[in-house]
Amino acid sequence: MAPPAEHDEESLARLVAALPPAPPAWVEAAVSLPRARRDVERIVALAETDRAFRAAAIADLETAVRAAGYEPDRHLLEAIRERLEG
Amino acid sequence: MPDAAPQGGTSEGTGPGGPRRPSDAELVAGCRRGEESAWRALVERFSRYVYAIATRAYGLEEADAEDVFQEVFARTYENLDRLRSDEAIRPWIAQTTRRLAVDRLRGADREQPHEDTIETADPRDAIAELDEALSVHEALARMPERCGEILDRFFARDQSYRTLAEALGLPEGTIASRISRCLDRLREELGKIGHPMFVS
Repeated sequence: MAPPAEHDEESLARLVAALPPAPPAWVEAAVSLPRARRDVERIVALAETDRAFRAAAIADLETAVRAAGYEPDRHLLEAIRERLEG
Repeated sequence: MPDAAPQGGTSEGTGPGGPRRPSDAELVAGCRRGEESAWRALVERFSRYVYAIATRAYGLEEADAEDVFQEVFARTYENLDRLRSDEAIRPWIAQTTRRLAVDRLRGADREQPHEDTIETADPRDAIAELDEALSVHEALARMPERCGEILDRFFARDQSYRTLAEALGLPEGTIASRISRCLDRLREELGKIGHPMFVS
């Protein structure tokens, strides 16, 4: 026997409600991952070839990254720090 | 960015009211070719699923959930070339999220061990429901005439009749009946694709 329509409606509503949107900033950070990866590679390469930039980055990574023309968000800074320290 | 479109999982086919939705495999192939639009679509398709596994199935706090969320997509990006099958992206993402969430919980236990561990429901049950929810959201994305958006805003975003009416330019008094009609359509849509709960 088919389930009553009200039961269907409740189940459907519950399943639609089960997936609320993720915070938009998280989604945007994940979307910009490929670009962020490229930025990390460029900044690390700069740090390897430019001693002044490397010294500035070690002293104050956020300021150095911004001065180099990149937006220093948390994920970018963590990734660069990991590479420079690694 | 507003996140208005309902998001689902595997997809094959044509939305009656919109352009054809690429399948998961097609998105993976696009990502591998370096197409930023494919990567964006893939993240948007699975963002709710990953978020819900981290926060609802495993009950992670916001900061931990955010770290897991970003790490899942970072690993997805890194491993696109190593997937056994392009269609396998959904289970791969689910498994990666589960592993990272469990690691996070174990880490938290080591930092703050407590004797009176709270009994929680089995996350696998919650994930099974989230898998179903993802299929339902996929059907939502294929629905015509704003039905998907109406149901998503009302049930998943918890918007009031008034907010919904203002956002969609509809009379407030028609919202309840539209929701009911859209639920009927969603049930039909799920029946058409053979969803076990809604096959007549």
